[in-house]
Amino acid sequence: MTAEPTRGPRRLTRAPRAAQGVGVSVARPDGTLKVTGEFAYASDMWHEDMLWGHTLRSPHAHARVLSIDIAAALAVPGVYAVLTHDDLPTSQTRYGLECLDTPVLADGVVRHHGEPVALVAADHPETARRAAARIAVDYEPLPVVHDEATALADDAPVLHPHRDDHHAPHVRHPNIVHRQPVRRGDPDAAAARADVIVTGTYTVGMQDQAFLGPESGLAVPAEDGGVDLYVATQWLHSDLRQIAPVLGLPEDKVRMTLSGVGGAFGGREDLSMQIHGCLLALRTGKPVKMVYDRFQSFFGHVHRHPATLWYEHGATREGLLTHMRCRIVLDGGAYASSSPAVVGNAASLSAGPYVVDHVDIEALALYTNNPPCGAMRGFGAVQACFAYESQMDKLAAELGLDPVEFRRRNAMSQGSRLPTGQVVDAPAPVAELLRRVKALPLPPERQWETAGAAPDVRALPGGLSNTTHGEGVVRGVGYAVGIKNVGFSEGFDDYSTARVRLEVAGGEPVATVHTAAAEVGQGGVTVQAQIVRTELGVQQVTIQPADTRVGSAGSTSASRQTYMTGGAVRHTCEAIRERVLALGRARFGGTHPAWEHAELLLEDGKVVTEAGEVLAALADVLDGQAIDIEQEFRHRPTQPFDRMTGQGFGHVQYSFAAHRAVVEVDTELGLVKVVELACAQDVGKAVNPQAVAGQIQGGTVQGLGLAVMEEILVGPDAKVRNPSFTDYLIPTILDTPTLPVDILELADHHAPYGLRGAGEAPTLSSTPAVVSAIRAATGRALTRVPVRPEHITDTP
Amino acid sequence: MRVTLTVNGRRHQADDVWEGESLLYVLRERLGLPGSKNACEQGECGSCTVRLDDVPVCSCLVAAGQAQDRDVVTVEGLADPGTGLAPVQQAFLDAGAVQCGFCTPGLLVATDDLLRHCPQPTDADIREALSGNLCRCTGYEKILDAVRLAAARSGETAGER
Repeated sequence: MTAEPTRGPRRLTRAPRAAQGVGVSVARPDGTLKVTGEFAYASDMWHEDMLWGHTLRSPHAHARVLSIDIAAALAVPGVYAVLTHDDLPTSQTRYGLECLDTPVLADGVVRHHGEPVALVAADHPETARRAAARIAVDYEPLPVVHDEATALADDAPVLHPHRDDHHAPHVRHPNIVHRQPVRRGDPDAAAARADVIVTGTYTVGMQDQAFLGPESGLAVPAEDGGVDLYVATQWLHSDLRQIAPVLGLPEDKVRMTLSGVGGAFGGREDLSMQIHGCLLALRTGKPVKMVYDRFQSFFGHVHRHPATLWYEHGATREGLLTHMRCRIVLDGGAYASSSPAVVGNAASLSAGPYVVDHVDIEALALYTNNPPCGAMRGFGAVQACFAYESQMDKLAAELGLDPVEFRRRNAMSQGSRLPTGQVVDAPAPVAELLRRVKALPLPPERQWETAGAAPDVRALPGGLSNTTHGEGVVRGVGYAVGIKNVGFSEGFDDYSTARVRLEVAGGEPVATVHTAAAEVGQGGVTVQAQIVRTELGVQQVTIQPADTRVGSAGSTSASRQTYMTGGAVRHTCEAIRERVLALGRARFGGTHPAWEHAELLLEDGKVVTEAGEVLAALADVLDGQAIDIEQEFRHRPTQPFDRMTGQGFGHVQYSFAAHRAVVEVDTELGLVKVVELACAQDVGKAVNPQAVAGQIQGGTVQGLGLAVMEEILVGPDAKVRNPSFTDYLIPTILDTPTLPVDILELADHHAPYGLRGAGEAPTLSSTPAVVSAIRAATGRALTRVPVRPEHITDTP
Repeated sequence: MRVTLTVNGRRHQADDVWEGESLLYVLRERLGLPGSKNACEQGECGSCTVRLDDVPVCSCLVAAGQAQDRDVVTVEGLADPGTGLAPVQQAFLDAGAVQCGFCTPGLLVATDDLLRHCPQPTDADIREALSGNLCRCTGYEKILDAVRLAAARSGETAGER
């Protein structure tokens, strides 16, 4: 299939050709700086005379702040400022992505462990830390709510008694952030037709993004009373919208520039040090750098919502789904963050990539005193996928069907209708993705065996701990598939802006691209340049630093940036091409009849016909002139889900991935070795195949982490037990198996180049595939992730 | 206190070093060498890996004073100013092993050390040698590709000699 432009001024039957253009594994433009150590991450910023900021955080999950005494901290030599809530410059002291419920600094109450209470600026980071330790805060602990029962009790403490957000009037308890039902068909009648009904309750632990570059930034006060902020974030303009009002500054006095970002995965969607750094800089009149250590980082960003998911599915003896009922309870923690949107995703995608016409779905997020939860790769779809895929295995077993065959019989395809009523109007190769991973040859068994020598324990569960030489080790194979939406949903005005300049320098046409899109590692800067080369036929492309001097690019999240900022760059290039062709017609129109022909391309620095005939060099057409255009690009509009029925055209695009996991389990010790984790994914068009494979493999391993090791442990006191990389484990290269990737390219004609957002889908199905394989090896039900050894050995 | 050490072949001196400072802090904040990264400050992630007298260490766990009069090689010292990128650096780029890149400096120093001691490692050798370096973006597959590529290229070069 070929991708066709949908927003171009006209249809071209041949796409332009370009070396290093769309579809090629072009090298990253920032790659050399990253391997030499010269790439400037936010934590590497340095300014003459700068101070270091530090955040004092609450040791309690819920407490009244009776008093704060900063005198001893201020007296420490080298300390320049100590700030509390009383020092905030305006009456607006709260911020938030969707609800303004998060205090910049605690305002009389702390609602979660690690909530910011005070700030210190000093001339050395250790001085700032020690001074913060001398701030005397008098807390009166309050009862905590930490789960659904405690949060929704009649006499539960209400965490936000003065809510004025638009969900507040619609929830039955003020500790419910948002609730979204989805109802379609007649599940009661359909259940009566079911030959088998299976139910299950599944639990997903709290996962951390664990990006490697901790939250960091540098705030520099400016002579005009404003501030320049260099920061690692996912969405500059969303930050700006939240920062400026609490600083009491107009947005044009807060100038933001993206500095190097060490990974994000959703964890930089909410603010961390941005406002704090600016407050300290404006107070001291000096540049202030804030760099979180890993402990601060665990408290400094939201996590993936832990969830409890109850599901009921019915199916006929022929293996067709009759109905589905589910209830998904997400723990949003102390502040809303993006919980409402996560609820919308969990509800609308709760049935998975399957055709099921009769549903009764409810998803909701709670306010509790647990750490705030919000965006993480997969965004509500991850939790649901673990539950519905566990159900699919259970149903297949009940019916005596092969689990892949059972999924195939119910797989959605183009034209299928989701529980929200939305028809999937682009390819949905769910069955094909499963077929592909199943068709792969299985990895050889007993790979730890070596000819005549001792076994290679590195290939065994337990690894170098040398806990088995193969005794008690059982292999299992599992499958899973998932569905993820791409882009912002539910009627959000989702757009991106790109400014492109085309000119001739040194006799060569060169293009400059300026967007506010956050490059967080995914390779957005690479694909922007590829798109310009393809559209304008120019080899030299410069990507300017992302900042707020250009319009918003939207968030680097929801798998949307190649679609949206890639789309904006392409859209702007089309306008530039029109201008070039108009100039060309004016200058050379008489020289060749093809100038009046509608279909002309820019290739290799020339204007050419579709047949490849050269009409003029770009340099001659431009004749010293530069063309400079900034334009916005929008995807097709979506609709909010109906509050009662969940019906609506809520999502822009869907993305599908399937996994096959092969595991070997030491059944005596409950240790798991994932031997291979294969993924097949439809990406519509692989704009940069190497980068796409990297996204799929990275997402796959984050899913593996959730399956077997990653969890922020929070006690009933709502306190975090393991805020460090010693205690919160993410997969190492020894925990990670071979990751075969099979990329399909079935174009979605609504999207630029037919591409499909790729970053998140592989994070969904990876987790249930691994757990399914462990179940196959052990026969255990395993209804919770991460799976721990004691779940396998059944020891308390 | 004053700390004097050799970094990437050059003598450096840092004054007014607080006794609790790590080698990593001195490299990054006092010597203008921020290539080594700080991601956990506990020796778990390997982002700060440097060679100290030819032994790879987490520089966050080395007190600055322990580096007195010793020889340190950081990511900034891998490339040869005359010939450009080191083979491991080029291999990481070619294999697509760099995404956000925050783990890359530590992984490059660790890979460089592996290939010095074991020029043709097996996959299991690579995994074992790099198991102290966390990466959150790549899933490690392209890092393995990069190390295999660097080893294969050095094998070819050795064959030519």
